Amino acid sequence: MARLLILGAGIAGHTAALHARRKLGENHEVVVVSPNSRWNWIPSNIWVGVGVMTPEQVTFPLAPVYEKTGVIFRQARAVSLHPDGSEGVSRPYVMVESTEPGKAGARERLEYDYLINATGPRLHFDATEGLGPEKNSLSVCTAGHAAQAAVGLDEAVARMQRGERQTLLIGTGHGTCTCQGAAFEYLFNVEFELRRRGVRDKARLVWISNEHELGDFGMGGMFIRRGGYITHSRVFTESLYTERGVEWITQAAVKKVDRGEIHYETLDGRQESIRSDFTMLLPPFSGVGLKAFDREGVEITESLFAPSNFMYVDGDYTKKPYEEWSPSDWPETYRSPRYDNIYAVGIAFAPPHPISRPMFIPSGTPIYPTPPRTGMPSGVMAREVAFNIVDKMEGREGKTRTASMAKMGAACIASAGASLMRGTAVSMTVYPIIPDFQKYPDTGRDIHYTSGEIGLAGHWIKHLLHFAFMYKAKARPLWTAIPE
Amino acid sequence: MSTVRKPFEQSYYPPVPTPLTKALRTNWVWQFLRFLVINVRMLRMVRMH
Ligand SMILES: Cc1cc2nc3c(=O)[nH]c(=O)nc-3n(C[C@H](O)[C@H](O)[C@H](O)COP(=O)(O)OP(=O)(O)OC[C@H]3O[C@@H](n4cnc5c(N)ncnc54)[C@H](O)[C@@H]3O)c2cc1C
Repeated sequence: MARLLILGAGIAGHTAALHARRKLGENHEVVVVSPNSRWNWIPSNIWVGVGVMTPEQVTFPLAPVYEKTGVIFRQARAVSLHPDGSEGVSRPYVMVESTEPGKAGARERLEYDYLINATGPRLHFDATEGLGPEKNSLSVCTAGHAAQAAVGLDEAVARMQRGERQTLLIGTGHGTCTCQGAAFEYLFNVEFELRRRGVRDKARLVWISNEHELGDFGMGGMFIRRGGYITHSRVFTESLYTERGVEWITQAAVKKVDRGEIHYETLDGRQESIRSDFTMLLPPFSGVGLKAFDREGVEITESLFAPSNFMYVDGDYTKKPYEEWSPSDWPETYRSPRYDNIYAVGIAFAPPHPISRPMFIPSGTPIYPTPPRTGMPSGVMAREVAFNIVDKMEGREGKTRTASMAKMGAACIASAGASLMRGTAVSMTVYPIIPDFQKYPDTGRDIHYTSGEIGLAGHWIKHLLHFAFMYKAKARPLWTAIPE
Repeated sequence: MSTVRKPFEQSYYPPVPTPLTKALRTNWVWQFLRFLVINVRMLRMVRMH
C-alpha cells in the first residue's frame, strides 16, 4: 500500500485528489489536508462581493464528498515537511496542525509516499501598511472577505442614495500583486450594480493597478484580431473603462492604506494620494510559509522553496534578464528538483520569472504584476501530476505527462455585470499562456487561438460554469465529463 | 452610462463602441450565436490538453 498526501483542497488540490482517487486501486490511500472545512469556487466570490450570491452558494462542505469518494480528509494546516523523515521515523512525513473545532492546534504526523503541495497563496496583506479587511480596505479573495465587501458596498450605496458623492477605488494593493483579472471583474460588477441600484451618477469609480498598461492582466496582455486589425488588449480594456466611465491609474504601487485615503508611488517616482470612500484592493500573494527539515532536524526550507515561499519545481530558476526569458524556463512535470516524490501545483509552485516585464522605479520599488496561475491551468497541471503519480504508485512505466504553461492554452471569462438578460462578460482564450516570441515574433501568441470579446453570452457561460464546477467538485455522476 | 470625453484627458483617446456594437452585446439572438462560437473556442483550448 502506498499513500498520496495532498496539501490543500482548492482548485488544484481537490482536482488532484478526485482524479487520483478515481484512478487508484483500493489498496492505496489518498489523504487531503486543508484548513478549511468547505470548498470554495473562488471565481464566484466577486458575485458575493456585490451581493448577488451568498457565501453558501459558492462553497460546500468537503467532508461528505471525501467520504463518498474514499478520500481521507484532515481539517488541518500543514506546518512542516520532513522529506527524509526524522530521528526514529524512517518515512517522509508532513507535520499538520488541526483546525477542526474542538481539536484546534493538535499536531499529527502524516507519512507519505508521494506528496502534492497545492496550498495556493498566502494573502499577504501585511506587505502594505493598512491593507486588508482587518484594517482599512476590503478584499474578495475568500467568500468571507467578499461578504464583508458586499456590506461595505451596501453602505456606500446607502450614502449615495442620501445624495452623497462617493469615490470607489478598486485594484491592486501592492507593487507586485497578481490576479488583476479578479479585481477587474469586481470593478465592473460594482459599476453594473451601481447602475442597477440607480446611483451610478453619484459615484466616481477609479481603478488602481501595478500593470504597466490596462489590459496587461499579469500576462503582458494579448493580441487579438478585431475590425481588420491585430490589436493589443490595452486598446479594448481602455475602451471598456471609457465606455463605463471608469478612471484608471496604472504603474502604481500602493504604499499605505489609511481609512479614506490611499497613498501610492508611481513608476516615474511620484508620491500620490487619493481619497476613497470604498476601497477594494487585492493583496500580493506569497507561498503559505511551509518549513522543511532534514533527517537531523536542520532547516532546509531554502532548498525546497523560493524566497517568495512558493515551491521550486522543474523550472529554470537561473536569474536572467527579460530579453533572455524562454518558454522552456517554465516547468513541465512540477516535480521538486530535490525530491522526486514531491510535487507542487497551482499557485503553490514557484514560477521561474514573471510574464509581464519587470519594472522598477529608480529607488528600487518593483511595480509589475507577478504571474497569474488561473483556474484552468491549475486544474490541468493538478490532473496531469495526479495521473503521473498514480502510474508510479501502480508500478506502471507510462510516459510522463507534462503540463507546461508555455505549451498550454487557457480560457477565461471575466464577468463585467451579473444579469441573465443585461449582464456581460469578457470571454478570452489565449494560446500559449506564456508568450513565445521565437515562434510568434510579433504577438508572442498564436493569433488564431487567442481571442477576446464582450457580451451577454460570456455572462451565460460564466454562470453555467459556476454550476458546472460546483457540480464537478462535488463529484456528482459523470463529473469527469466536465473539463478542468 | 454616457461618458463626457474631454480633450487631452485619458478617456479622450480610446475607441468607444457604436450604439450598434453595444446593442449586439446584449441582443439575445446574436449572443446565442456568440455563445456557440465562444464554447467552440474554449473547447479547442481544452482539447489542446
Ligand atoms: C476573487 C478571485 C476571482 C478569481 N476568478 C478567476 C476566474 O474567473 N477564472 C480563473 O481561472 N481563475 C480565477 N481566479 C484564480 C483562481 O482562483 C486560482 O487560480 C485558483 O484558486 C488556484 O488554485 P490553487 O488550488 O492553487 O489555490 P487555492 O484555490 O487558493 O487553494 C489553496 C488551498 O490550500 C489550502 N491551504 C492553505 N494553506 C494550507 C496549509 N498550510 N496546509 C494545507 N492546506 C492549506 C487552502 O485552504 C485551499 O484549500 C480568481 C481568484 C480570485 C481571488
